[in-house]
Amino acid sequence: MQRIGVFVCWCGSNIAAAVDIETVVQAMKSEPGVVYSTDYQYMCSEAGQGKLKDAVKEHGLTGIVICACSPRMHEATFRNAAKAAGVNPYMVEIANIREQCSWIHRDRAEATAKAVVLSRTAVAKVNLNTPLTPGTSDVVKRALVIGGGIAGLQSALDIAEAGYQVDIVEKQPTIGGKMAQLDKTFPTLDCAACILTPKMVDAAQHENIRIYTYSEVEQVSGFVGNFSVRIRGKARSVKADICSGCGLCMEKCPSKKAKDEFNMGLNNRRAIYIPFAQAIPNVPVIDREQCIKFKTGKCGLCARVCPADAVDFEQQDSIIEERYGAVVLATGFHTLSLEHYDEYQYARQPDVITSLELERIMNAAGPTGGKLLRPSNGKAPKSVVFVQCVGSRDTTGCGKTYCSKICCMYTAKHAMLIREKYPEVDVSVFYIDVRTPGKNFDEFYRRAVEDYGVRYIKGMVGKVVPEKGRLLVRGSDLLDDSQVALEADLVVLASAVEADASAKGLATLLTASIDTNNFYTEAHPKLKPVESPTAGVYLSGVCQGPKDIPETVAQASAAAVKVVGLLSKDKLLSNPCIARADELLCSGCSNCEHVCPYGAVSYIEQELRIHGRNQIRRIAKVNEAICQGCGACTVVCTSGAMDLRGFSNSQIMAEVDALCR
Amino acid sequence: MHNSSCTVKETARKILESGQAERLLGWEQDSSGYNHAPAVFKSAGELDRFIYDRFCGSNLSKLLARLREAEGRTAVLLKACDRESFNLLVREHRIDPEQVHRVDIECSGMVDIEKLRNKGIKGIREITESGDELHISTLYGEKRCRSEEVLLEKCLSCPAVSSADAFDAVGQMEERSSLERYEFWKEALSTCIRCNACRNSCPVCTCEQCIFDNPRSGTAGKASADFFEDQHFHLVRVFHAAGRCTDCGECTRVCPQGIPLYLLNRKVIKDINELYGELSLEDKELGKGALTSFSFQDAHPDIIRKRTGDQ
Repeated sequence: MQRIGVFVCWCGSNIAAAVDIETVVQAMKSEPGVVYSTDYQYMCSEAGQGKLKDAVKEHGLTGIVICACSPRMHEATFRNAAKAAGVNPYMVEIANIREQCSWIHRDRAEATAKAVVLSRTAVAKVNLNTPLTPGTSDVVKRALVIGGGIAGLQSALDIAEAGYQVDIVEKQPTIGGKMAQLDKTFPTLDCAACILTPKMVDAAQHENIRIYTYSEVEQVSGFVGNFSVRIRGKARSVKADICSGCGLCMEKCPSKKAKDEFNMGLNNRRAIYIPFAQAIPNVPVIDREQCIKFKTGKCGLCARVCPADAVDFEQQDSIIEERYGAVVLATGFHTLSLEHYDEYQYARQPDVITSLELERIMNAAGPTGGKLLRPSNGKAPKSVVFVQCVGSRDTTGCGKTYCSKICCMYTAKHAMLIREKYPEVDVSVFYIDVRTPGKNFDEFYRRAVEDYGVRYIKGMVGKVVPEKGRLLVRGSDLLDDSQVALEADLVVLASAVEADASAKGLATLLTASIDTNNFYTEAHPKLKPVESPTAGVYLSGVCQGPKDIPETVAQASAAAVKVVGLLSKDKLLSNPCIARADELLCSGCSNCEHVCPYGAVSYIEQELRIHGRNQIRRIAKVNEAICQGCGACTVVCTSGAMDLRGFSNSQIMAEVDALCR
Repeated sequence: MHNSSCTVKETARKILESGQAERLLGWEQDSSGYNHAPAVFKSAGELDRFIYDRFCGSNLSKLLARLREAEGRTAVLLKACDRESFNLLVREHRIDPEQVHRVDIECSGMVDIEKLRNKGIKGIREITESGDELHISTLYGEKRCRSEEVLLEKCLSCPAVSSADAFDAVGQMEERSSLERYEFWKEALSTCIRCNACRNSCPVCTCEQCIFDNPRSGTAGKASADFFEDQHFHLVRVFHAAGRCTDCGECTRVCPQGIPLYLLNRKVIKDINELYGELSLEDKELGKGALTSFSFQDAHPDIIRKRTGDQ
């Protein structure tokens, strides 16, 4: 029988205000195994921990229950205190009566009753706890960055500069991401390419960085310090090692109907193409769905003109298997598809465009050579209307409920750039609120209004109607309490930022969690903003939530610091809560082996003495150095042969029984 | 069927005489005559009691797991519906295929004696078929009936025998409200006598020790004290069989209380087919099941939120 001590924390008034502490203390005194029950204002304080240590000595405690905040906050604190008092750290259990109780209940009687139940559940578990000792595992000194946009590049560069190897995996044919498509950046209006491309070149030339473009992560196994990753390099159909990037193939390619993704489909590109002039690597890729050779077997012009003989129609996907100590997710975003927003006529009217399309139109390397022209007729517009929050802050269910954060600033930027270059063009902006917190941000927006004469109208647009070759924008002006109808030649929609489509699948592969909007969830919203809840997986950039370039770069560097901190260790203390197979119950079905994400389960033939008879059985063996204690094997094991130390089936049953008592 | 019955027996004889296998798993005439039991035949001489007719519903593949430690090869007769469970047992290493001489046999549907009795057909001597009709020669003269009316439930969804959709009944069940479904199962499962016949005949249930028999599992139990325990037993079994059940129909065939257990299993199979791709046990290279593997095509877990419209 355990000798259990229960310590109920007030957490100042955080718990004590909603829970009657004394009732909990008294209730625990009659629980099986409990020999001591007490309370204190702040258990996590030096004095609180001292109380725990004294009680261990005085009452000969073998098990400890702390009724306090989430184990995420102070489990380690109390485990260390127990260890210092001579009790195995894994004999400590936390009953979370703050986040799961006092913070979410108002009724004192109800909250107190629930605190009692949660506490006795922890006591029931401790009664079955056994002392556990952690082992150690090695750290592979190489990091993987998934995504080669500004976030991924910054993380990779910082890790590489610290002296560790980094691989970048980018699914597009080039690194650069969304920032490469931008024209100017706020609030300084410097050119995006001018500040991004040096970073791209730095990454490409860095001796510690390897870049896999046109590649995707296909499979991940392993754990913090030791991930095994399979990367599929899609066939470019061009041999990257001998291609000189001369571009002859692209000039001669007769297939000219593919939409140019880099220019947001505003013009066409060839079937063999390099997305943009500063692309890295400067190696074309053949779009096999567009290529005449792949479609009909005839053509092959590019191969004939290539002076290096680099075109290879037979090229296969390549598979790269590598081990990494840490993974940085930098999968970025795309903008919400506006095909279904009929009120704005986006799908029907070529002169209704998104802000990202406008970026390409304004860019000197874009489809119009940087001239502001209407996509419908190539003529200069006289009036431009911007609509903000298209799909953002949208509670109708069509779009996203969140604020995309960057649109207010880039819309002000666009408005200002147009007024600067084309002072004769009228520019109006429809907005719900203008949100410009950030260094020099509000000043930037004020400049658009005060110095550049951009007309800001508080209100949303109800409808865009084509009229005599122009567009009539009907909306409301809430400050004036009137309906307005503006004639426009170009309507620019600030479409919402959306997590990249790859985020969901990668979250499953890496057991990183995502929120309802498919943005990766951080381990703690305030204190661990760049860590995912999965150890060794870090978050960089918009994949965690909408943010602008400065914020993205800051977060990317923060993630890099975390990675460097991890890679600088030679050994990690491993979690002793790992699985074990009961050889007499194991049926040898291999299902645990199949679900194990770490490859920790293998099967052996073993002679066992069963009912006085020797039998050779196929049974599961857990490699303790590899098992991470995720518990997937215990769930598929129908006979209950697999059990998790520290979270055994019997412990969980005892907890359920205590809950239901 | 008569012809095929002779052919099967002849095949069995050849296997045993030639020594291709040490023993053969088949069926022997049971005392009632209408529910033939699995049996092991060690020599051609023992085949006198061998039978293969319209009453050989039982699935033999599970018994191979019990014969695993027997010396030499075992020959087994597999009807179409039993082959999938054979594949499962191979995939889960419960059968060593090297030790098995597998014989795929024809089957044109097995007859449910209860259904015949309910039609007042007794004293059966022989059953022959013509088209979708069965001609039953009985002590009381010739009887006829449409075969669909008297086949075992599992045969009604067998593509070789019937064109019915196995998931029709599940679809109808899904259309009911959760309360109606609860009431349906409460009534159906309340008749369970915990005889364990479903588990004992199920080819998925080959654990060395079942959690319902293990006193340390915390879930052991024989008789059910209340409805919760009836539910508990059957639902745990369904979940243990999820991604593994091949709809061989044994549980339903052997249930003395006539509980439509197939509905539970087919519901899971239907969901797996829809969410994770067709349930297939043929993929030996991978060796993984729908629920023990992951691909990007799999449904995301949030499907649960989307599907619980009926609260």
